[in-house]
Amino acid sequence: MNLTLRIWRQKGPEDKGRMVTYPVDDVSPDMSFLEMLDVLNERLILAGEDPVAFDHDCREGICGMCGLMINGDAHGPQRGTTACQLHMRQFKDGETIDIEPWRASAFPVVKDLVVNRNAFDKIIAAGGYVTAPTGSAPEAHSTPVAKANADAAFEAAACIGCGACVAACPNGSGMLFTAAKLTQLSLLPQGQPERYTRVIGMVDAHDEAGFGGCTNAGECTPACPKGIPLNTIGRLNRDYLAATAKGAGNTPGS
Amino acid sequence: MAVTGILLVLFLVVHMLGNLKIFTGETSFDHYAHWLRDIGTPLLPHTWYLWIQRTVLTVAVVAHIVAATVLARRARAARPVKYAHRKKVRGSYAARTMRWGGVIILLFVIYHILDLTTGHLNPQGDASNPYGNVVADFAPERWYVTLFYTLAIVTVGFHLRHGAYSAFRSLGQQTPRGERRARAGALVLAVALCAGYLVVPFAVLTGLVS
Repeated sequence: MNLTLRIWRQKGPEDKGRMVTYPVDDVSPDMSFLEMLDVLNERLILAGEDPVAFDHDCREGICGMCGLMINGDAHGPQRGTTACQLHMRQFKDGETIDIEPWRASAFPVVKDLVVNRNAFDKIIAAGGYVTAPTGSAPEAHSTPVAKANADAAFEAAACIGCGACVAACPNGSGMLFTAAKLTQLSLLPQGQPERYTRVIGMVDAHDEAGFGGCTNAGECTPACPKGIPLNTIGRLNRDYLAATAKGAGNTPGS
Repeated sequence: MAVTGILLVLFLVVHMLGNLKIFTGETSFDHYAHWLRDIGTPLLPHTWYLWIQRTVLTVAVVAHIVAATVLARRARAARPVKYAHRKKVRGSYAARTMRWGGVIILLFVIYHILDLTTGHLNPQGDASNPYGNVVADFAPERWYVTLFYTLAIVTVGFHLRHGAYSAFRSLGQQTPRGERRARAGALVLAVALCAGYLVVPFAVLTGLVS
């Protein structure tokens, strides 16, 4: 396959950045999207040019590091797939592919296609955990959990924190991520003691980080490589309403 | 957004039911219109209830617009650099036309009040005969008025289709099955309100009401 890539190049956070066109020849349809970028980078290095910086780690769709806006789609055209698991057979020979970083003020560009997703860490730090040390995993049947709750919590826990929801959202909102990280705890017994302080803290951290507000536009779920359902945000909304009605929260000593 | 939106939808439903009284004849419709000014009497003086309702609705509209503006400004601030390549959003047409649709609806409401409440833009403009005002307004030679009303009502329909579903979600609708129901309910509400509102101008246009 012969492709034309138009890639966002930005030397650093202060640089203005621009789209640069690179022809890439002899791409195998069996390559992953990131392998295709590796091929481009090898050629750029041999030519003495600066290679294109992009985030990646596990390359098996579970770490959440890779994240590219490919032809206007977060993680590319294939649903339920991260950019690293996307294969070049999804594209046509001779195609022009636009590659951009996630665009959000909360995700400032570090270089080229790499963005700083520290804002997600701040949301987690504001309550996306259970404070009590619980030791090693207990026998699974010792704490009964309703099957429906266990399934929904598991579905939410599939979030890898890649940021595709923010990238796809017309409002630049990180509500699907926040809701997923909240729901995986709020549906389980271990998450109950801090349930309402958690939701207030995480939503406040989300807003302070500069993400937009959710308008239920529904762009995030189709973009999510893990298919976190949109109704997860409804679970967050319900907890938030309950928490604001209760006042300060339910964590002892807080 | 959800709470003020629900208030406005409740008003839309009652307003539509009142409009449909036009099919019961001129005397009945005019009597209904005059009765609106006397709701609550003798406890409340003449037109007091109407002004209370108008105040509540105006507050709801203003709060709705303020909330929408805050969301729009946050959205703009959250993405300072636009995508060079961005597909049309994959969500519904209704969802992505909420903001400009809302602006169109606001302009329509202003026109509508000047037309059929104050009578300034109405060809008859006789406050004692609302039936005659409606018939004169949607007369066949004023087809462009009917066209504008139709476009505005359809815009309201799209606004409600996303708005009603979104209101349920904002107020804590949280299951996949509930989401399907909320979407279906919003669609039924939007279609029913559109049909209920459009049947009046088209009845006048076709001579069914004259």
